[in-house]
Amino acid sequence: MDRDQVLQLHIPEPKHRPGELADFSHLRLPLAGEIRRPPIAASAYEIRDLAYELIRVLDDEDRAVGPWAQPLEPAFLLRGLRAMMLTRAYDERMFRAQRQGKTSFYMKCTGEEAVAVAQACAFECGDMFFPTYRQQGLLIARDWPILDMMCQVYSNSADRLKGRQMPVFYSSREAGFFSISGNLGTQFSQAVGWAMASAYRHDRHIASAWIGDGATAEPDFHYALTLAAVYHAPVVLNVVNNQWAISCYQGMAGGDESTFASRGIGYGVPALRVDGNDFLAVYAATRWAAERARSNLGPTLIEHFTYRAAAHSTSDDPGRYRPQDESAKWPLGDPIERLKRHLVAIGAWSDAQHAALVAELDETVRETGRRAEALGTLNAGPLPDPASMFEDVYKEMQPHLKRQRREAGLEPGGTPRPAEGA
Amino acid sequence: MAEQSLLEAIREGLHEEMARDPAVYMLGEDVALGGPFGVTAGLAEAFGTQRVVNTPISEGAVMGLAIGAAAVGLRPVIEIMFIDFITLAMDQLVNHAAKLHYMSGGQLKIPLTVRVQCGISGNMGAQHSQSLEAWLAHVPGLKVVTPSCPADAKGLIKAAIRDDNPVVFIEHRGLYWARGEAAGAGAAVTPIGEAAVLREGEHITIATFGRQVAAALEAAAELAPQGISAEVIDLRSLQPLDMDTLVESVRKTGRLLVVHEAVSEGGIGAEIAMRVQQAAFYDLDGPILRLAAPFSPIPASSALDRFFVPGKAEILRAVRGAFRRQGAGG
Ligand SMILES: Cc1ncc(C[n+]2csc(CCOP(=O)(O)OP(=O)(O)O)c2C)c(N)n1
Ligand SMILES: [Mg+2]
Repeated sequence: MDRDQVLQLHIPEPKHRPGELADFSHLRLPLAGEIRRPPIAASAYEIRDLAYELIRVLDDEDRAVGPWAQPLEPAFLLRGLRAMMLTRAYDERMFRAQRQGKTSFYMKCTGEEAVAVAQACAFECGDMFFPTYRQQGLLIARDWPILDMMCQVYSNSADRLKGRQMPVFYSSREAGFFSISGNLGTQFSQAVGWAMASAYRHDRHIASAWIGDGATAEPDFHYALTLAAVYHAPVVLNVVNNQWAISCYQGMAGGDESTFASRGIGYGVPALRVDGNDFLAVYAATRWAAERARSNLGPTLIEHFTYRAAAHSTSDDPGRYRPQDESAKWPLGDPIERLKRHLVAIGAWSDAQHAALVAELDETVRETGRRAEALGTLNAGPLPDPASMFEDVYKEMQPHLKRQRREAGLEPGGTPRPAEGA
Repeated sequence: MAEQSLLEAIREGLHEEMARDPAVYMLGEDVALGGPFGVTAGLAEAFGTQRVVNTPISEGAVMGLAIGAAAVGLRPVIEIMFIDFITLAMDQLVNHAAKLHYMSGGQLKIPLTVRVQCGISGNMGAQHSQSLEAWLAHVPGLKVVTPSCPADAKGLIKAAIRDDNPVVFIEHRGLYWARGEAAGAGAAVTPIGEAAVLREGEHITIATFGRQVAAALEAAAELAPQGISAEVIDLRSLQPLDMDTLVESVRKTGRLLVVHEAVSEGGIGAEIAMRVQQAAFYDLDGPILRLAAPFSPIPASSALDRFFVPGKAEILRAVRGAFRRQGAGG
């Protein structure tokens, strides 16, 4: 040891910044089909290598190969393709609506569609989702009407959340889609609680939660892993590593030191690391984890290795912190394009059919958008009733809230609010 | 005098303190790129990413880290992106930062500045819009300040950084781009614990802070020609409160209206009313009035959130109502 050596602080920095060319050649990407598929009863320790690998099914010739490739009906895959494409078309439309002032805020999941859509397809009806703001694909894959989603984004008269939540913070009990949290990470512990309640009642349903690479630094990520491991909770915990957390690259959350999947090993939670842009790999890994959970074998942590192709939100400009060409250079391609090419390769789909579906979905979204806008947008048209904002604060309306509603003049025959005490 | 925005004034104050004292050390999510509103923009370029340090997204960890760093003599300035997320750091802030000096028998000092941003603006809903100053002012050991104009923003951030105690510096998002007179390079600190009498008056005292200061000043200007002379006090410091200035003012005017954007229940207004009536009960010509938000989470829709923020119209109505009822003034 050099006694004269002074201590130095390490601040992680992304490899490339704006003005430079992106380069992902440092990534070690196993080939499709290369990674083993262990039995679901394997322990975290026995399959620890999988936390550092990358499960891939679609190869460079668009074939589904290896032990994770499962025989799946083309019709099933086409449903997945369609849900991913609808998600993308919906995102495009709502992003534009924000630019037109029809909503205050929007967040796209472009490039990450396979994560939510393939996973929704892998779970069963009645399984409960605890997503982040970037898993709108779960709702779409469960055939939840995009009209309802648009009304939420517009906070309009038909918004089931009554104008209370930020745009994209959907919540649907019917669709098994928990209320989106503004404070990152909280859904992770809540999902474990839901799963434990399901086990407590000897039910058959399992839960799943999602968290971003950045938010794995929040305590709830670690709380959830601890409790899920201790109680063998029937839950599938997902880290969506899309490389960025607003302007911070995944290294800021410790991703350069070890993979996010490997976090699970220390807690004794079996972990898989998956090509998040490969619909078939995401689907297969999720089926594996769901089967584990349903067989009382406990939780699984899955890291989905993907790329946030769009800005963080409508308030963000990635040109300030990452190379312009980074998205184009992403080595794992685009999830929609890859599934489409696979379907073409197996003779279940064609370029012409694909183009027709793009046009059809664009028209669906446009037409639905018109209907949603007729029900109101951020500042125009029919809006939620202000009197309703005093409701639901508590299960039963409290006397002091009734009084405040009256004082605010928000009851029939009320007068505008005077100062208290006057 | 030159003008600047409140946001620029905070940045200038941070810049000057970092240049003055190498112990000043900044930590926060995305701070190296300026944070979500650009308050810290340019500081990483000026002082390096070793001193303007991006952190993992972990408010509690950052608060704990800052306490550790402060205890060995640094003066950390941490940014919590939204005051709503301070919940994730409450144990470190409330049970540790605020009490370590006391619990260690005075051995440890925690010169920590916590910058947070609050307020209803931009349809951000229940978890990105709250005004939680009363929670923080309720903790012995913490100081809480909040500026309403650029000059105080700069003066108070400097005072917070130089203070040997943990200070929570609350920035109102709706004021970031509000322009006002600049304090100028090297300007003096604004002492913590001193309110500012921004307009003198005879008939009623309006005590407020943050974004409501401008509303109170506008209302006072409109009331003057109608024969109601309102005194406007910007509290600036919520812990400690400058009760001397408040009580002196109420003794003169005989009336008090407190305005804040936080919910009414358990707010700063209640504390002020209690203390003023205790000190000046026999000088009061009428009940102390309060304008505050309804006791409900904050909705995102503009159709709804406008009922949450008091403003000039509500202040005018409250003041006129008081005088009508009492048969005094215009
Ligand atoms: C407790 C908390 N801290 C900070 C934020 C602000 N914030 C919102 S999104 C975000 C980045 C999250 O990145 P990641 O977890 O990687 O998810 P991604 O956006 O990439 O899907 C941050 C810092 C927040 N919403 N909640
Ligand atoms: Mg991310």
